Amino acid sequence: MTDHRERVLDLQLRYAHAIDEDALEKWPGFFARDGRYRVIPRENHARGLPACLIDCTGVAMMEDRVVSLRTANIYNIHFDRHLMSPPLVEAPAADGTVSARTQFLVMQSDQSGVTKTFATGVYLDVVDLRGDAAVFRERTVILDSYGVPELLATPI
Amino acid sequence: MKLGNIPVHTEAAADPLDGFRWPNADYTRTPYRVFTDAQIYEREMARIFRGPTWNYLALEAEVPEPGSFKMVQVGNVPVVVSRNLQGVVTAFVNRCAHRGATVVRQEFGKSEGHACIYHQWNYDSGGDLCGVPYRRGLNGCGGYPADFKPAQHGLEKLRVALYKGVIFGTFSDEVPELLEYLGAHVVAHIDRIFVKPLKVLGYHRQRISANWKLYFENIKDPYHAGLLHTFMATFGVYRSTQKGYTLLSPDGGHAVVYSITNTDNAESVAEAYKGTDNKYQTDFALKAPELLQWSPDFHDGIGNLIVSVFPNMVVHQILNTLATRQVRPLGPDAMELYWTYFGFEDDAAERTAARLQQLNLVGPAGYISMEDGEAIRLVQQSISAETKDATSFIEMGGRGPIVDADHVVTEVCTRGLWKQYAHTMGFAPEAA
Repeated sequence: MTDHRERVLDLQLRYAHAIDEDALEKWPGFFARDGRYRVIPRENHARGLPACLIDCTGVAMMEDRVVSLRTANIYNIHFDRHLMSPPLVEAPAADGTVSARTQFLVMQSDQSGVTKTFATGVYLDVVDLRGDAAVFRERTVILDSYGVPELLATPI
Repeated sequence: MKLGNIPVHTEAAADPLDGFRWPNADYTRTPYRVFTDAQIYEREMARIFRGPTWNYLALEAEVPEPGSFKMVQVGNVPVVVSRNLQGVVTAFVNRCAHRGATVVRQEFGKSEGHACIYHQWNYDSGGDLCGVPYRRGLNGCGGYPADFKPAQHGLEKLRVALYKGVIFGTFSDEVPELLEYLGAHVVAHIDRIFVKPLKVLGYHRQRISANWKLYFENIKDPYHAGLLHTFMATFGVYRSTQKGYTLLSPDGGHAVVYSITNTDNAESVAEAYKGTDNKYQTDFALKAPELLQWSPDFHDGIGNLIVSVFPNMVVHQILNTLATRQVRPLGPDAMELYWTYFGFEDDAAERTAARLQQLNLVGPAGYISMEDGEAIRLVQQSISAETKDATSFIEMGGRGPIVDADHVVTEVCTRGLWKQYAHTMGFAPEAA
């Protein structure tokens, strides 16, 4: 396994575990300052329609989402588990970034311990490897399961 | 009477809903049974969605060219909206007239016609039957009887009416003309929004474990807006203390609810939220406030507008976001909410970008709407065992006449919904 592939995988695993352990405050830190996080329904993406479910440009917007989820929003009490394929990583680009495709499945459990499939799709990542810590320049979640079960609060 | 060994029932059983009536005439109580009862659901499909109502189908911008089509749902009936090759918008039930297979299998597309995969019955882009294989048999064998007339075996049609680029359909011959059905308030607000050609920006879909009417109640209820959606309360996108209006159609089933931004102040907010817990922090600040930057499309100060048309349509304007929502029942205890976002064809790139950015506010993941799915799910969860006479309590804004209000501290639109619902379903109190 090449070094850049290992760094992408490590970033992805830290991201997934942070969300699944409810450490949402760590979530914006996985992105470059001007990084972008989007969740787009597959049907929109496939037809060239731009509407996203979540579209955060910059860490400040992501931090706002975390604060809003913690203080303002009301949503189903739940626990996520992100399960991912190994990333399919391209050769690094000249600007120090690397692109990766990764399949994901998010299972969601409620307080009575009942688990349902919550989301599945693919992550399209552009990872910046220049610094000491790899960060997402872009993380686009193409959501196959765009018939959102109830609601989508915490990041995928 | 017997047919061979099979008993044949000649008398219809008494309808168990025959004695079911609303408990009072001003609709301040709603029996929870209407959200759970499978027989009531079946009657809704027949009397409401196939009855004297106009259902929202789609936007003309979604079927822009001859042959363009889109799948939708009217009640629980799968319907295709299709612009035929002559350019006329049509709608038909997506069920083969032969043996019932789903004919159109793609959600969206463009085609000169539609062939059922099962036996290759061929329909044109308006749903008329144009050909069947082996009509006259093969080598003298088989074939349809001589009196078989393709014209009698087209797909079941809906009557379609267009207004300002919005497509409505009905199964009824008795329903009033569309504009009369919508009423002056709804027409005025459709006129306000649908002012020029639209550009569709995409879709959200949400599956909610709740009866479709719980969503329709929710969307008509401005009382909850500032209390459940605390993001709005905190940032002043919408507060019940802002100047607002609550307008109803004559039969009660449609409503227009809107509020005007910057018509309250810190004191009025503090007063209004006295008695609630301290989650309404008015000093809460966004690190990326550009989310709420609003360049009004219309110059009347309305920042938040919800138009709801019985039985399945919502139109919203929230800041720069514009959308329709189609309510699709999926049984007594589930529904799909289908959001279509749009801007205008002549929007500059920055305006489109602002609309897209503000989608963070709305939809199943939106800061000011994600709670609706949770709230009505919680209602469905707690009433699912309720089969007797328990009811909700709907008196915010008072009892009595169901009339417009010049504020939004009211549940009168919810009562209006139940009035039209009960009359359409045959559940109105005897005296009403």
